[in-house]
Amino acid sequence: MSIESFVQTLVFGIFVGGIYGIAAMGLALVFGVLKMLNIAHGELLMLGGYATFWAFSTFGLDPFVSLAIGIPVLFAIGLALDRAVYHRIVRLLGEEKIKNSLLVSFGLTLVIQNLATALFTADERTVQVSYAGIGLNLLGVTFPYTRLLSLVIALIVTLALSYFLHRTYPGKAILGTAEDFEAAELAGINIQRVYMLTFALGASLASIAGTLVTVIYGISPSIGITWTLKALIVIVLAGTGSILGAFPAGILLGVVEAVSGAFIGSTYREVVGLVIFLLVLVLRPQGLFGRN
Amino acid sequence: MTKFLDVHGINAFYGDIQALRDVSLKVNEGEIVGLIGANGAGKTTLMRVISGLHPPSSGTVKLRDTALHPLPAHQIVEEGVILVPEGRRLFGGLSVLDNLELGAYARRARGSRFRTLKHVFELFPLLAERQGQRASTLSGGQQQMLAIGRALMGLPKLLMLDEPSLGLAPVLVEIIFEIVKRMNNEGVTIFLVEQNARQALELANRAYILEQGRIVGKGTGKELLHDHQVQQAYLGYALTGEILK
Repeated sequence: MSIESFVQTLVFGIFVGGIYGIAAMGLALVFGVLKMLNIAHGELLMLGGYATFWAFSTFGLDPFVSLAIGIPVLFAIGLALDRAVYHRIVRLLGEEKIKNSLLVSFGLTLVIQNLATALFTADERTVQVSYAGIGLNLLGVTFPYTRLLSLVIALIVTLALSYFLHRTYPGKAILGTAEDFEAAELAGINIQRVYMLTFALGASLASIAGTLVTVIYGISPSIGITWTLKALIVIVLAGTGSILGAFPAGILLGVVEAVSGAFIGSTYREVVGLVIFLLVLVLRPQGLFGRN
Repeated sequence: MTKFLDVHGINAFYGDIQALRDVSLKVNEGEIVGLIGANGAGKTTLMRVISGLHPPSSGTVKLRDTALHPLPAHQIVEEGVILVPEGRRLFGGLSVLDNLELGAYARRARGSRFRTLKHVFELFPLLAERQGQRASTLSGGQQQMLAIGRALMGLPKLLMLDEPSLGLAPVLVEIIFEIVKRMNNEGVTIFLVEQNARQALELANRAYILEQGRIVGKGTGKELLHDHQVQQAYLGYALTGEILK
C-alpha cells in the first residue's frame, strides 16, 4: 500500500469518526444525565436525516443549511418525548429504571421506525448536492467537500457543547445534576427541567448526526439501530461518564475501522470495532477518557 | 420569638420500614435547634422530609404559613430552607467556584450571587484560594466548608445541617461550629443534626432527642446536658459514674 493511499484511508477514517462522535455525543449526554440508555437515539438521528432530505428535495435547501430546521424540530420532538414518556422513567430507581428505560425506548424504536416507513416509504434516500464528488486535493490525498464540511460541523458542535456545559449556568446545572441529582435539587435546581432540556439537546445532537449521515451515506427508516449500536460502542470507548470524550473516541473508532478495513478486508471492519469495544470493557472499563 | 418551622405529625417509610413515627417539632426564628439521636434513629430521614427529598406518608411541614411538604425540593430551597446534606454531596467533578455558583441557582438567590460569593469567601478564605480547584480534590474539612458555603449561596432563612462534624478532626469541628454560630448571629435560623451530642447541646438553644423514629425528649441545651438519661445514652457517661460510686 502506498503512503498516499494509507494517508487517504486515515483521512476517511477521521471523517467517518467525526460522525460517529456526534452520533454518540447525544446518547452519552442523555445517558450521563438521565442515567438511562435511550435505544431510540438512532431513530431520532433517522428523523433528523429525513428533515434534511425533505428540506433538500422540497425546497432545494442545502443539507448543511437544513440543520437550522432539523435542530429545532428534533429539539421540539425531544421535549415532547420527555414530557410524554421519558420523564416517567427517569424518576424510577435502580433495576426498575434500567429495565423500563430499555423496554420503553426499544418500543419507541419500533414505533418511530414504522411511522417513518408509513410516512416516507422504506426507500433509501440520498441527497445529491452540486458539490458532491469534488474536493481538495493535497499531495495526492483527496478531501471531499461534503466530508470536510461534516467534520468541521462535528468539531464546531463539540466545542459549542463543551462551552455550553462548562461555561454557562444551565450547562453547569446539567453537569451538577449528572453528578448528584439530589444535591442538585438541594441547590435549588429544578431537575425535571434539566432532564427535559438534556433530552431535547440529545435529540438535537442526534439530528445533526442524522444530517451528516444523510449527506454522506443516504437514509432509510431502518438505519436507526445501526447508529445506536455504533454510538454505544463509542461511549464505552470514551467512558460512560465522559460526554465530550465521545468525539475523540468516535474519531478513534472511525480510524481503526478504516485502517482494519484496508488491511484485513472490509468484511472485518465491524468486527475489529467490536473487538476493541470488548478489550476496553475488559481492560479499562472506565473508558479511554473517563475518570476512575 | 415567632414560630418559624413547624413540623407536625410526620410519618415516613422506607418500603415497609417506618423511619419516622408521628414526629412533631418546632424551630423558632433566630434559634439554634439541635436534633440528637443514635445512628438509624431517623435524623437524616427527618432532614430529607423537611427538604423535600423524601415525601412523608402523612403529616405537615410548614414554614410560617407556607406548607412545604407538597412542594418539590427545589421550591423548598426557593422558600429559603436549605439543607447541607450528610456526606456533603458536592459536585466533585466541578470546580469550587462552580459548586458555589450552583448553590445560588434558586431564583431568589441568583440575582445577588456575586455579593453572596464575596461574603462566603470572607467566611472561608480558603475557598477563595482554591476556587479553581476540582471539589473532589479538597480535604474532608475543606469539603465540609464548601458544602456549607454552597448552602449559604442560596441565602438560607433556615439552614439545616446534617452531621456537619462527621469524619472531621476536632480542630475542624470547632471551626465549623464557630461558623454556624456566626451564621446564627447574622440572623440565620439553624437546625442541626449531630451525633456529636455534647457539642451540639452546648451550641443549641434547644434540642430534641429522636429515638427509633420518635421524639422522646426535648429541652434547652443546658437541661439536656445535665439530664441523667441523656448523659448515659448520648454523652458517653455510660456506667462509669455508677461504678465509681
